[in-house]
Amino acid sequence: MHPAPSIILFTTLSGLGYGLAAVLGLGLLDPAAIATKFAHVLALALIGGGLLSSTLHLGNPQRAWRALSQWRSSWLSREGVMAIITFLPLVFSAWMAVFESRYLLLPGLLGTVLCLVTVYCTGMIYASLKSVQTWHTPLTPLCYLLFAVAGGFVLAGFFAFCGSGRTVLVPVLAIIFLIAAWAAKALWRDHMKRLVPLSTPESATGLGNIGHVRLFERPHVTENYLTSEMGFKVARKHAAKLWFVALIAGGVIPAGLFLSLLLTGAENGPFTAFIATLAVVTHMLGMLTERWLFFAEARHAVMNYYGG
Amino acid sequence: MTMLPAHSTPKKLGLVIDLDVCVGCHACVVSCKEWNTGGYGSALSDQDPYGADVSGAWLNRVHTFEVVPEGGEIVGEAGDARIVHFPKSCLHCEDAPCVTVCPTGASYKRSADGIVLVDEDKCIGCGLCAWACPYGAREMDLAAGVMKKCTLCIDRIYNETFEEVDRVPSCVRTCPANARHFGDLADPQSDVSIMVAQRGGMDLMPEQGTRPVNKYLPPRPRKSLADSARGLPLAENTDGAKGFFAWLDGMLDRI
Repeated sequence: MHPAPSIILFTTLSGLGYGLAAVLGLGLLDPAAIATKFAHVLALALIGGGLLSSTLHLGNPQRAWRALSQWRSSWLSREGVMAIITFLPLVFSAWMAVFESRYLLLPGLLGTVLCLVTVYCTGMIYASLKSVQTWHTPLTPLCYLLFAVAGGFVLAGFFAFCGSGRTVLVPVLAIIFLIAAWAAKALWRDHMKRLVPLSTPESATGLGNIGHVRLFERPHVTENYLTSEMGFKVARKHAAKLWFVALIAGGVIPAGLFLSLLLTGAENGPFTAFIATLAVVTHMLGMLTERWLFFAEARHAVMNYYGG
Repeated sequence: MTMLPAHSTPKKLGLVIDLDVCVGCHACVVSCKEWNTGGYGSALSDQDPYGADVSGAWLNRVHTFEVVPEGGEIVGEAGDARIVHFPKSCLHCEDAPCVTVCPTGASYKRSADGIVLVDEDKCIGCGLCAWACPYGAREMDLAAGVMKKCTLCIDRIYNETFEEVDRVPSCVRTCPANARHFGDLADPQSDVSIMVAQRGGMDLMPEQGTRPVNKYLPPRPRKSLADSARGLPLAENTDGAKGFFAWLDGMLDRI
């Protein structure tokens, strides 16, 4: 599948934003701290920026509002509806934190639950597609959820070291969720590698009872929408290395940095904030690589008609 | 409305494509593009149409496959490899995954005749329906930013200003080999249903659970090339010549 930069950016940014908002909803950070107020604003900015970038790949973005209408059957529509509903408690909680320096339990927890539901809908958009066998597993939404929560705790860890307090609990949870997320992703990858293709050139053409089917001539000599959208192959040969890069940058380094801060018993300060910033930046780079692989490695059933 | 019709549609209009007959001339491909670029919805655009990297939206494409029987990699060893031309357009599935994923309600399946259509005024061009279709039946029109697909020439089949013979999809009307047939596959007495029953018409990718309406008729079994060659007269051999040719054979031997 073609890894469109707008979709990669959207799923990564909004995943981090929803994760941070979900963590903020738990009320772990001190609502009176300036850093916590920034965290609320950043969460909303990440979510909003992600949603805006997701409209960039649309052919007719001016009609995007119509995407809220088919929630009964479409996971994409459900995601849109949930994203808007989730904004209500998030904006309310952010308002209370920024202007009143208060944390309210009910709107907070409601925001946390709705954030997770929205991320689940994002994962289900991919998991519901039977035509892309790699994605068609409950492990897909599980990975999306765990990555969002892990990213949320990494960001919250940064704000904790910037003055929001809880410099032990939040980094510990970040490490735990990083391990859980990458373990789930490793399972997902293992599942992908052991897949027996559901559809083959034989089943796609119905000619399997005559013999082995291979493409003799494409319908057109040049690429078309289907081959460029569904037949992406560039750099698939580097997949193993990229997976390693994603795992190290997205999981090992941020977890290691937080662990070293915990072990040295570091308190708030410019140095600890710098280390936590490094953790956030490497985690984001790792996530972008992971999302790129999520698309680039997925094979679509239609390629059985195109010899790939 | 992107829910599928609650009940099986009373009519299931669709195509039956005969893989034994198709000669791979691409006339249906061109005819489809020509009809649909001027009819329903926005024109079917091409990108860089006169350049080196030409591409565009097509609703019907012909692929060509080589089928090699088990052990047939070496000529004459087992069976012979054969070429099968394979036209492919929307299969108007009963459980169309492209319909249910649509977030806007632009993609829908008609409850009266089962035709799957896109309402271009509602389509936002997100492309999710093309991802959901395992057959590659939907292509984005990059100029208009909306999804394009086979309409079964809905502006022909119900057009009463046309002669009866022309009220079929453009591809069917055009096919010079009569490899494409149009009809109601819900009616067991229709020509297409009878053809499917007699020839063992098949679904493409039944494992995807889409229950396509369009059926494909498999190529008929073929004699091996060596068997076909045995019946040809050989110039060096006059055994079994009769009448005038036996006399001529004898006379020529004597000279």
